[in-house]
Amino acid sequence: MISRIPVTSARSLAEAHEVLSARPPGLRVLAGGTDFMAALNARVGTERIGHVLDIWQVPELRGIEVRDGFLRIGALTTYAELMRSNEVLSSLPALSAVSREVGAVAIQNRGTLGGNVCNASPAGDTLPLLLAAEARLIVGGPRGERSVPVDEFFLGYRKTALGADELLQRIDLPLLSGARLSYRKVGTRKAQSVSRVLVAVRKGAGPLRIAAGCVGPIPLRCKHAEAAAEQGGDLREALLRDIAPIDDIRATAVYRGRVTANVLLRLLE
Amino acid sequence: MNFVVNGVARTVEVYGLKRLLDVLREDLQLTGAKEGCGEGECGACAVLIDGELVNSCLVAAAQVEGAQVVTVEGIPTGALQSCFVEKGGAQCGICTPGMIVAAHKFLQSGAEATDGNVREAIAGNLCRCTGYAKIVEAVQAVARR
Repeated sequence: MISRIPVTSARSLAEAHEVLSARPPGLRVLAGGTDFMAALNARVGTERIGHVLDIWQVPELRGIEVRDGFLRIGALTTYAELMRSNEVLSSLPALSAVSREVGAVAIQNRGTLGGNVCNASPAGDTLPLLLAAEARLIVGGPRGERSVPVDEFFLGYRKTALGADELLQRIDLPLLSGARLSYRKVGTRKAQSVSRVLVAVRKGAGPLRIAAGCVGPIPLRCKHAEAAAEQGGDLREALLRDIAPIDDIRATAVYRGRVTANVLLRLLE
Repeated sequence: MNFVVNGVARTVEVYGLKRLLDVLREDLQLTGAKEGCGEGECGACAVLIDGELVNSCLVAAAQVEGAQVVTVEGIPTGALQSCFVEKGGAQCGICTPGMIVAAHKFLQSGAEATDGNVREAIAGNLCRCTGYAKIVEAVQAVARR
């Protein structure tokens, strides 16, 4: 029975690291549960779970602060907290805005930014924005802490650079004065939909950054499109070299490619 | 596991990954919260945990140790329920417990009961009977009282 899988609820980062250092086989980390519990209820991938580390009540993984030129966001920060945070609203309002578009209130109260990253869905709503912002992911465990650029974190379909004894602890977003982040989520309706297309852009200061979701096995930096936009090349053609959309129940590959390009052109205006 | 449900301290012996929804329904016989979708889309299982609206099908028992949970059974009977009845906001009844919990949370917030605010507060609670208009009217009627 699935519910009999042992669970350890850590109350501090040290307790969480203790579980990680024992490396129980089939260890999975549980945060807000909005993806994990839904998969459990649907019996998706549950046969590989041997032990669950619940981090929901680890205080060190919460909180938002601006320090040393970065907006530092604890991995357990919920979408509701991102929507309300004065630090986020004043320094990276696009992150508040995208959080408002993730599910409805009950999901926003429970879903976390760290969970969105670690679930590593190509349709993860916040991920193109984190890529465009050149976020750094602070991962840690019993062996210490390291910082991973977000565009090196997603290795393949739902595969990440997290080690077996590592946790995502914090997301650091550089604050470049004059830079503006914008994004667009395209779904079946205006609210509460799973994305069909996601595009994020950083412009105004620092190098131009373009990222997209739902158009490949992972959320992607679009480097050809960035070069074309900066050097005046054919943007649509360049973008098609960056992305690899597929047909699925939500949209066709042709739709995804065309709409991603259309949205990108508007965001670059 | 120890937690407080509708103001009463409860102790249950359950597996850590058992869903809060099942703990409430099976171990505590609080069958107000319903299972609709089991994936956080419909809101029929909505409850408050430490004052925040959540879907109880997405919460593991281990995660509510020490928490305060309020279910539809714990919301005082009064204007909220009678307005749902009077305005036709409760029809087949499956979404009603979640709607009542979400509406209760909204009314407590003191936010102005504009159409947009009410709809945002009950978003995530799907209703196939009313077309939502009657539910919004019911919540607005409570706010006017």
